[in-house]
Formats: sequence, C-alpha cells, structure tokens
Amino acid sequence: MTPPPGPARRRRRGLVEALNATFKHWSLLPAVLLFALLTAYPVVNLLRMAVSTIEFREGGESWSFTPLHNWSLLLADTALAPVVRNTLVFVAVAVAIEMVAGLALALLIGGLTRGKAVMRTLMIIPILVPPVAIGSMFKLMFNHDFGFFNQILGWVGIAPVSWLGSTKLALLSVIIVDVWHWVPFIFLILFAAVEGLPKEVLEAARVDGATRGQLLRRVTLPLLMPALTVALVFRAILAFKTFDEVYLLTGGGPGTSSELLSLHLYKVFFEQNQLGYGALLSVFTIIGVLSLMVLARWLTRRWALR
Amino acid sequence: MIKLSAASRAALLGWLMLGLALVVVVGPFLWIAVASFKQPIAILSGTWSFTPTLDNYADVLLSKRSDFLAGVRNSLIVATASTAIVLVVGTLAAYSLHRFAWARWVTLGFLGWTLAFHMIPVLTLVGPWYLAFKQLGLYDTRLALILTHVSVNLPMAVWLLMSFFKDIPPEIEQAALVDGCHPLSAFWYVVLPLVVPGLIAAGVLAFVFSWNEFSIALNLVSQSNATVPVVVAKFAQDYEIQHGQMAAASILATIPALVLMVFGQRFIVQGLTMGSVK
Repeated sequence: MTPPPGPARRRRRGLVEALNATFKHWSLLPAVLLFALLTAYPVVNLLRMAVSTIEFREGGESWSFTPLHNWSLLLADTALAPVVRNTLVFVAVAVAIEMVAGLALALLIGGLTRGKAVMRTLMIIPILVPPVAIGSMFKLMFNHDFGFFNQILGWVGIAPVSWLGSTKLALLSVIIVDVWHWVPFIFLILFAAVEGLPKEVLEAARVDGATRGQLLRRVTLPLLMPALTVALVFRAILAFKTFDEVYLLTGGGPGTSSELLSLHLYKVFFEQNQLGYGALLSVFTIIGVLSLMVLARWLTRRWALR
Repeated sequence: MIKLSAASRAALLGWLMLGLALVVVVGPFLWIAVASFKQPIAILSGTWSFTPTLDNYADVLLSKRSDFLAGVRNSLIVATASTAIVLVVGTLAAYSLHRFAWARWVTLGFLGWTLAFHMIPVLTLVGPWYLAFKQLGLYDTRLALILTHVSVNLPMAVWLLMSFFKDIPPEIEQAALVDGCHPLSAFWYVVLPLVVPGLIAAGVLAFVFSWNEFSIALNLVSQSNATVPVVVAKFAQDYEIQHGQMAAASILATIPALVLMVFGQRFIVQGLTMGSVK
C-alpha cells in the first residue's frame, strides 16, 4: 500500500491527534446529548404541561395556562384512590410471592447435583417472551368458557369462575400472571448468588453440628442478603411500571378494580386526551417513585450498618 | 414400603419441585400452542381431540386484514437500529466514565440520572414524547421509536459494559500506552476485544427489550408503523376476538425470544444477573 500524499496525510494525522486528545470528552458526549434531549427535556416539559391545558385544532396545538383546572381534575378524579390502592396491593403481593418462590427455587435447584442448566434455560423463557404475548396467552387461559384454569376447576368439580370479569378476582388474576412472568427473574439473580456462596463456610457450620434450619437462618440467608435486597428493589421498581399485561388482560376493569398506575396514566393521556392533567399525574408519579428510591437506599444503608 | 434416607428424600423433593416448575413454566406455552392449531369450534368446546389446522397461522401471516408481517418488518428495523445505536453510544459512554478522570459530579450525575430515568414508569414520558415528536414531524415514524428505545435501553447497556470494563486489569491497557499506543488505538485494539461478551449480552438484551416494547409503540405510531406487540395486542382487542389467531400470533411473537435463548443463553444470564451479585 502506498501512503497518501503529503498534505492529506498531515491533515489525517492532525485529525487522529485531535480525536485522541479529546477522546475523553467526545466519548461521553453522545450519551449525554441523547439523555438531555430524550429524557431531561421531556421531564422539564412535563412541568410546563402540568400547569397547562393543551388542545389540538386544525393541525396545530394551543396551550393555555390553567394550573387550577388541572388541580380540580386531580381532585375530581374518582379513579385515583382505587388506582393507588390497586398498585400498592399489586406490588406488595406480587413481589412478596415472587421473592419467596424465587428464593425457594434457587435454594432447591442450587442443591441439586444434576439438571441445573436445564432449569436455568427454562427459567429464561418467561423473561424474554413479549409481555403482550404473555397477556394474550393468559387472556385465553383465563377465558370463562374454555380457558385452561376453568378446565382444571371443572376436573375437580368446581363451577367455572369469571377470572377477569369479576371485581374480586381481576386484580388477583393479574397478580398470577405477573408471578408467572417474574419468579424466573428473582430465581436467576438468587441462583447466581447461591452458586457463589462460599462452600467452606457452609461446610464448617455443618461440621459444627448446625441443623438444616439453623444453617438456612443463620448462615445462608445472611450471606444472601445483598442479593435478596437487590432482587427486591429491582423487582419492586419494575412492578410499579407494569402496563402491558394488565392492558391486555382486563384493561383495568371491571370498573377500576384492576387499574394500575401506568394504565391510568395511559388512559388520561391517550384515551381522555388530557395532556395537562396527565402531566400533573406524571409529575406526582415521578416524585413518588424517586422518594421510594431514596427510602430504599436509606433502608439498605441502615441494613448494611447493622 | 420403601424407606428412603434423608439425602435421597431431599433429592426426590428436589426433582419433584423441578418437575412442577417445568410444568408451570412450559404448560401455558403448550396449551396455547395446542390452541393455535385448533379450529374456532374446537377452541370454544375446549376439546382435546381435534383435527389440527394451520388456518390460524395462515390468517395471521397471510390474510389481508392482518398486519403481522408488516409488524415483523417494523420491529426488525426498530430493534436492529436502536440496538446498534445503544451499543455504540453505550460502549463509548461506559468506557469514558470508567477510564477517564471525570469530576465526581459528572459520574454521579450521569449514573444517578440514568438510574432515576430507568425507575420511573415510561408512560409518564410518553405524553411529552408524543408532543415533541408531533412538533418535529416525527410522530408516527420508526425514527421516533428508534430514538425512544435507545433512551430506554441505554442505561442498561452503560451499567453492564462498565462492569465488564472494570474486570479488565488496568495493566493491560497501561502496557499498550507505554509501548506508544494512542488512547484511541488502545481502546479499539486492546480493550474492546476483551469486552466482546459484554457487547453481546448488552446487544441481545437491548434487541429483546426493543422487540418486546409495547407502551411506547402503542402511542407513538399508528397502524402502518406498528410493531409486533401492537399487532398482537390488536388480535386480543378486536370486538370479535379471534381466539385461534390470538394464540397463533402469541406463539409467533415468542419465536425470536426462543431463538436467542438457544444461541445467547450464557450472555443473557450474565447480562441479567450482572451487577446484582457482585
């Protein structure tokens, strides 16, 4: 290969040197720009929208400054109290079940001598399947007339149940689907932690005569505590965001009996077309989630200090 | 009666749990897969003996009323483009934060902001995105989905790759620099090849998350640019629900996940558990 002629080569070398000299700065720049434009700007815009009424007419949008109007919409929103209650119940119950089941599975599978790899493979499936497909599958399985769940009830002689159509069961059905979807995630995290437990410590405790219960309570669980905390925090955050499955399964119904926060935001923004009030709700949601994050951090710190 | 030792009783219990977990995880797929080969009448009667048919799949894939194949095309374009951008931008940012002496407020600010953004429900931002993209004339374009999917997946990629960069002994890069290698060449020829597993893990996860993403795609594009999840949801939402097509569409939408599970399992597990255990 012949080298490029003089001036061009000098220019190219100058460019390479400039790139090298500023590598530190231009390497971070694209990410910062992307986040500024696509996340920071919308959040700022939310604050502006929250005090406005936005209407679309003839291709353009018109903004008017109406902070009190959005507040009155908030106070008049009868769905809000049930939505907050549903979301808290959903997160608490679903995540609690997922943690216990995930931990039990991780400990059991971790104790096996064979079949670990197969189990792990299986457990990845629900995490990777599109949530919409999961919602659609379970909607069929919850069907009153021919669904899988009522077929099973039929085999043991119980009358069919309206899983998605009754106010008492709708939220429970959504929780069942969520548990199916996310126990594998908890399992994966805790299983990796179980596999990483120091064998010598467990062996020493066993030699010293610890019973299985003592071993679990006094040695294994404390050693798993960091992983348990991470799994719990991660999962709880994700659970607050749940949208796809509940949108498909019940659409929040009947009434508001299974409506969760994200679904309510969707309805206000895109079904009722109230961009201003939706923004106000979003601001409160963001403040709420971030306070939970700070609280979780504080709690884990305290936990670590003890 | 057979007497079992404590050890083999524990083993038996383990195998039972394993069997149960297997049934619980795989069962729904089997039930739906069976339903997807049934005629409507066989589905409605809940019978187990029926003549299998491919009608549902033909309807989903080939019928003029179905947008499934167009959805696959849109999803492939959006997921591929957003994954590529996430990898390039994410790798550079992760390396920059890991390698260079940024002021504390830059590093903490960046990581804190991405963490906070990762935690808030995405539907709080879909409203502002909708307005912004309308103003820019990008509403109902695949570019709008690509950009938003990039911002949603970038935090994951940055954290994942940072933890991979941290695993590289600093001596390797220092040796290259001492030997007269430019910082850029050291990054490209020495460091990057060592984090290929991290790139694969982040890439696979970003692709899957983009392929599965529903709440943004539902609101930022209309029918012609709809992705697979939006099309699948439509089968379940129509006034006259077509149960067979719903089952077939769910199974078809799951195929990419299964393919990736077979080929990229090691990387997916690494990606999903990374950072949480260390």
